[in-house]
Amino acid sequence: MHPVELIAVSKSYDRTTKVLEHIDLTIEEGEFFVLVGPSGSGKSTLLRMIAGLESITGGELRLKGNMVNHLPPKDRHLSMVFQNYALYPHLTVKQNILFGLHAKKVKKAEQEQRLYETAEMMGLTDLLNRKPKQLSGGQRQRVALARSVVSQAPLCLMDEPLSNLDAKLRAHMRVEIRRLQKKLGLTMIYVTHDQVEAMTMGDRIMVLNDGTIQQIGQPIELYNQPANLFVASFIGSPKMNLGEATIEDQQLTIEQTLQLPLSMSDIPQVIQRRNLIVGIRPEHLAYAKPEEADLWLEVINIEHLGNETLLTFEVGRELWTAKWLGQWLIQVGERVPLSVSIKHFSFFNRDSGALIQAPTENQHLEVVAL
Amino acid sequence: MNQVALPFKQIEANDLERMTKKQKRIKTFKGFSFLAPSVLLFSLFLFYPLGRTIYLSLFLTNSSGITTVFVGLENYQNIFLSPIFLKSLQSTFLFVLYTVPGAILVSLFLAIIANEKLKGIGFFRTMYASTMGISTAAASVFWLFLFHPTIGWLNQLLNVIGVAPIGWLTDPEWALISVAISTVWMNIGFTFLVLLGGLQSIDYYLYESADIDGAGYFYKLRRITLPMLSPTLFFVITVTFINAFQTFGQIDMLTRGGPQNETHLMVYSIYQEAFMNYQFGTASAQAIILFVFILVLTIIQFKLGERKVHYQ
Ligand SMILES: Nc1ncnc2c1ncn2[C@@H]1O[C@H](COP(=O)(O)OP(=O)(O)OP(=O)(O)O)[C@@H](O)[C@H]1O
Ligand SMILES: [Mg+2]
Repeated sequence: MHPVELIAVSKSYDRTTKVLEHIDLTIEEGEFFVLVGPSGSGKSTLLRMIAGLESITGGELRLKGNMVNHLPPKDRHLSMVFQNYALYPHLTVKQNILFGLHAKKVKKAEQEQRLYETAEMMGLTDLLNRKPKQLSGGQRQRVALARSVVSQAPLCLMDEPLSNLDAKLRAHMRVEIRRLQKKLGLTMIYVTHDQVEAMTMGDRIMVLNDGTIQQIGQPIELYNQPANLFVASFIGSPKMNLGEATIEDQQLTIEQTLQLPLSMSDIPQVIQRRNLIVGIRPEHLAYAKPEEADLWLEVINIEHLGNETLLTFEVGRELWTAKWLGQWLIQVGERVPLSVSIKHFSFFNRDSGALIQAPTENQHLEVVAL
Repeated sequence: MNQVALPFKQIEANDLERMTKKQKRIKTFKGFSFLAPSVLLFSLFLFYPLGRTIYLSLFLTNSSGITTVFVGLENYQNIFLSPIFLKSLQSTFLFVLYTVPGAILVSLFLAIIANEKLKGIGFFRTMYASTMGISTAAASVFWLFLFHPTIGWLNQLLNVIGVAPIGWLTDPEWALISVAISTVWMNIGFTFLVLLGGLQSIDYYLYESADIDGAGYFYKLRRITLPMLSPTLFFVITVTFINAFQTFGQIDMLTRGGPQNETHLMVYSIYQEAFMNYQFGTASAQAIILFVFILVLTIIQFKLGERKVHYQ
């Protein structure tokens, strides 16, 4: 029995425009499921529908096999962490954590027991008598987490819980949430607009755009075989380099400026010759020795990240980025030699945006399975 | 080197000090110039009259308010020995006791139900707030009709359900209550609007979070709504409280202090002393006593409130 199942679920606030359309989704027990998409794509709406805070316009929502479309939130046995934490400002940390148990009339002794365990786990023991405004952002975040942990609900929903934190704390909390989820065996539905967060935390990711599912899959799958142009450009940072392309006489012409030789056996699934868009990940625009270069491009911007270097080139009307490991002392305006392989290109249909051919070879080192 | 550097540094330090002092002076001047209008207005319309009242309260006056004999605190003594004033004091406290909780409870109830997200709720909100736009005089006339012993709706209603008619404004048992009822009605508009504003500023996330936690309606009301509303409630209570002490208009319109001085509230008493009996000295003394009462009770209220009120 699946903890959460959505069958053809749709949502409309005003009866004319659909905010979510035909969402089919099954979430497995103990899974860390990430909902990712740009702002306004309907992530919060979907999460709030699962929580019971928003009505369901069409379709069916099942929790543990039972249809729960009309069940109020309190009977759905789940917990939720809000983006702004929704801590009660007039209550102490302790009262905040115990609010739900108190409401459900859990016995005093058990309340104390659970409070103690949770506070210990979240490192809140010394803060129990503070009010939320006396806490730092990270501590508030932990109180919000504690509130959902203490409820012992098997399903936990989180709506952009880290978006108010600074980058360092966010990275830290990512690990902590992930560890907590594994430790408690929670089924987690986690909303974020940050694809890095999605990639690093999710067992599976669902990419949402304009209320429709773009792709569901494991992080690596989304990265290597993006189902369409949207996913291709959304997942990965810096984003995939894209360009319009045509194929003629065993030659791939990109943005009418780059020409690469190709043999048809490299791309068995590409039948059409025009209306193509090709994409290549920044790490696949590699440095080549001058005599072995496939192409030369002029650097128009360079960013030093310390352990890697980002180079920007102009390709037709597009800006392409290359990611090279290490520190490269290159000046803007220099022309650099690059090696590219047809095997690293993804091919998309320009009109539908759908993937025609995924890269046949994904990493310099192939995906390693242990 | 040192000898050269030292005086140079000193000059610099002196200069700096002079500069900061000058800036401070400019700042103070600016601050006062912004304050000046309100200080002026307050002095003219508040501090001067207050001082003048205190001064008057120590004298006997002639009918045009000119001081005649200095009597010191005798006015105050006489007041506290006067049975009419003591009665007036009692009525005032009773009146405050009726109207403040009455207005607060009714408008809190109305505000809570008007805060629900329902269709056409705007209509009810406007209705409930509408008494704010009605002048005391107009409202009093309206209530005069309702209270009318024979053709008033209230007595007609009693007649229908078979209860003997009540002399709402003429029966000493009822008069104060009747005036209190009409006052509550008149105050509701304002308190309702302020409380509704307070309710709407409570973050709805808190309720959603409580919903998921499994909290029921009354649990949410007790643990979230009331504590979060407490600053607003406190404000409203203080204002209604002070207003109740200062009630005048409806008394003058509805009962003129009668029957048997039952509704002879303090401000009405002051009015009568000053403008009917031309005893400006005694009237001033009463006004000062009322002022001290309100001041002390408000201070007590703040002291008690501080502990219960949750400010964001
Ligand atoms: N209460 C509402 N009434 C009407 N439209 C709404 C309501 N809430 C959201 N919407 C609309 O639904 C769409 C999806 O909103 P939603 O809040 O789910 O986006 P989101 O993916 O969570 O975005 P973000 O990353 O900015 O939080 C938006 O176009 C928004 O305007
Ligand atoms: Mg959102």
